[in-house]
Amino acid sequence: MTGLQESPLQRANRLSTEPWQQAGGRSSGVTGTVASVREIWEQRRLLRLLTGRELKSRYKDSAGGFLWSLAKPLTQLFIYYLVIGQFLGAARGIENFAIYIFAGLTIYTLFSEIVGAGTGSIIANAGLVKKVYLPREIFPLAAVGSALFNFAVQFVILIIASIVVGTLSFGPQLLFGLGALVLILIWGTAVGVLLAALNVYLRDIQYLVEVVLLLLMWASPILYSWQQAAAILPQWLLEIYVNSPITLAVLGFQEAFWSEASNGVPLPHLAIRMLIAGVVGLVALFAAQRVFSRLQGDFAQEL
Amino acid sequence: MAEHVPVVEVNDVSKRFIIRKEKSLKERLVNAGRSKQFKEDFWALKNVSLEIGSGQTIGLIGPNGSGKSTLLKTIGGIIQPTSGTIRRRGRLAALLELGAGFHQDLTGRENVYLNASILGLSRKQTDLYFDDIVEFSGIKDFIDTQVKFYSSGMYVRLAFAVAVHVDPDLLLVDEVLAVGDEAFQRKCLDKIRSFQREGRTIVLVTHSLGQITEFCDRAVLLNKGEVLFDGVPHEAVRDFRDVLEERRQDEAEAHNATHEEQVPVNNGRIVSTTVHAAGRAEGDPVHPGDDLIVRVTYEHPTGLPDWIAAIQIDNVQGVPVYGTASPRMKLDLGVLREPTTVEFVLHDVQFGTGKYFINSTLMNRERAHVHDVPQAVSFDVPYYDLAVGIVHSTPEIRVVGA
Repeated sequence: MTGLQESPLQRANRLSTEPWQQAGGRSSGVTGTVASVREIWEQRRLLRLLTGRELKSRYKDSAGGFLWSLAKPLTQLFIYYLVIGQFLGAARGIENFAIYIFAGLTIYTLFSEIVGAGTGSIIANAGLVKKVYLPREIFPLAAVGSALFNFAVQFVILIIASIVVGTLSFGPQLLFGLGALVLILIWGTAVGVLLAALNVYLRDIQYLVEVVLLLLMWASPILYSWQQAAAILPQWLLEIYVNSPITLAVLGFQEAFWSEASNGVPLPHLAIRMLIAGVVGLVALFAAQRVFSRLQGDFAQEL
Repeated sequence: MAEHVPVVEVNDVSKRFIIRKEKSLKERLVNAGRSKQFKEDFWALKNVSLEIGSGQTIGLIGPNGSGKSTLLKTIGGIIQPTSGTIRRRGRLAALLELGAGFHQDLTGRENVYLNASILGLSRKQTDLYFDDIVEFSGIKDFIDTQVKFYSSGMYVRLAFAVAVHVDPDLLLVDEVLAVGDEAFQRKCLDKIRSFQREGRTIVLVTHSLGQITEFCDRAVLLNKGEVLFDGVPHEAVRDFRDVLEERRQDEAEAHNATHEEQVPVNNGRIVSTTVHAAGRAEGDPVHPGDDLIVRVTYEHPTGLPDWIAAIQIDNVQGVPVYGTASPRMKLDLGVLREPTTVEFVLHDVQFGTGKYFINSTLMNRERAHVHDVPQAVSFDVPYYDLAVGIVHSTPEIRVVGA
């Protein structure tokens, strides 16, 4: 640190050579996004710290710590397996039903956590937003980070379980898993960033999101197979259904960790569909960031 | 090299606040068509331009709601202006209102790291400063306690400690110095002094006019979002007092207008109070050594025997600095009926710089207050270079031995 020894004159001279920074205000369009991305990149250390904080404060003062993050998905798995699979008989048409559900649940939980936590992230961090300037995208991104951590824990369990059951084999189909992860990250971040900003102005959104997330879980083939939906839905609705990024990600994950050994019927052109959804997602992410950037100027006064 | 290096440039900045009265989706949908009715906007800042040079200490003053804090927040980038631009350079640390962005659930230690990181320090650098920060804050015993259990004083201590230890080039301070006990305030002010010596730039919002004249080399007076004055602190403080006085009179008038019937007509009243220095006109500044003449006119409809006339002089902080009354002079005023004017002559007054208010009181012989007119009139004592305080005296300082 040179600062402590610096004389007033040295300081003035150093400052006279430093570039000007725009206080808060950022430019619009693509250059604005580029500037934002650079700003966020410069604050990546902080992003890591915030992610850690999010995780830490969530399970603060509890003896079980992050193990609690497993309680919900494992309970869900158990209930769905028993009630939907066995009682209602959904497991009859689907081999290795437990792995099937868990693959879908794992990737869907990632999405739902990114969106759920992201939506409330600006309000939850009101203390910081009102007091210091930061690229505010950092808060929904920290939500992505902590959701990824929980995802990683679940993912390890999924891998272990699929090895034990014998549905995991090494091959190119694993790329679908990676694709699904990227797809969910893009779309989750886009939706999370957008809703985080809107939620500052309309607090109803966070409640609405909970409901919609519940709905979305059933609107993707997590607990049943996509053919079952295909048999009933009208054609136009089916198109929307199978091309939703969540459905595609769920199918991708099942393709990677379940299909091979379980006679799954793949959706035709899954890879190309995922690619298109990814590209559209990137556009959506860009648009979401623009909206966020437009709205963030008034965050401090709205909170 | 350059003598004057600007570090902040505020260029024609305006900020409009829109106050919405509804918050939920339902309300908005219901009121969608008539949203105008549910909106109210006002300009917190109007065309403010300012250039702040490196090493300056600037005080922002103004009455409540004048836009001081908004201006500070726009400089800090926390609020974006509606129009105009702000640029700045160098490392910025801000202490806005209470606390500086702490997370309630984390301990003091974790918050120090988080905050330092937000202000741009790496973990290693923070390690280096950590002990200093804790020592400065004086809350060593609580550093591993979650900050939600902190008192407001502890909160500010830690926030201030972090902000001054991150080596900022520009420090924004918003009225936080009022919190914390006197010893800590002293420590903060000492720190600000050493910052000044190190050539750091400080922008200070405070209601303590004493701090403005003591610390700042420049003061900006804001009123209703506009810059009224920008320059020498004591002049800004004088103008500020005028603004406050104007507002006080407006409020008093409004108050009188609504409460007129409550003025005790039957009990007698103070009709008027005036003040001037002997040989000077009313409203002119009063200089040390002048004879101050206060004239008060009283009347009573039914007659008040053995009545008492009293005056008291307060400074702007409301501290009584002088008071006298007719009984002290063994003066018998007889029966009050027709309007009667009493003249108080205060010889050779030696007031220090500032504004003073005269409270006028009419009492009966039991010393019950019949009518009070608080802050009936005011007078100013001009700025004096050689000393501060509420008492005037010409100083002489010399060395009396080696």
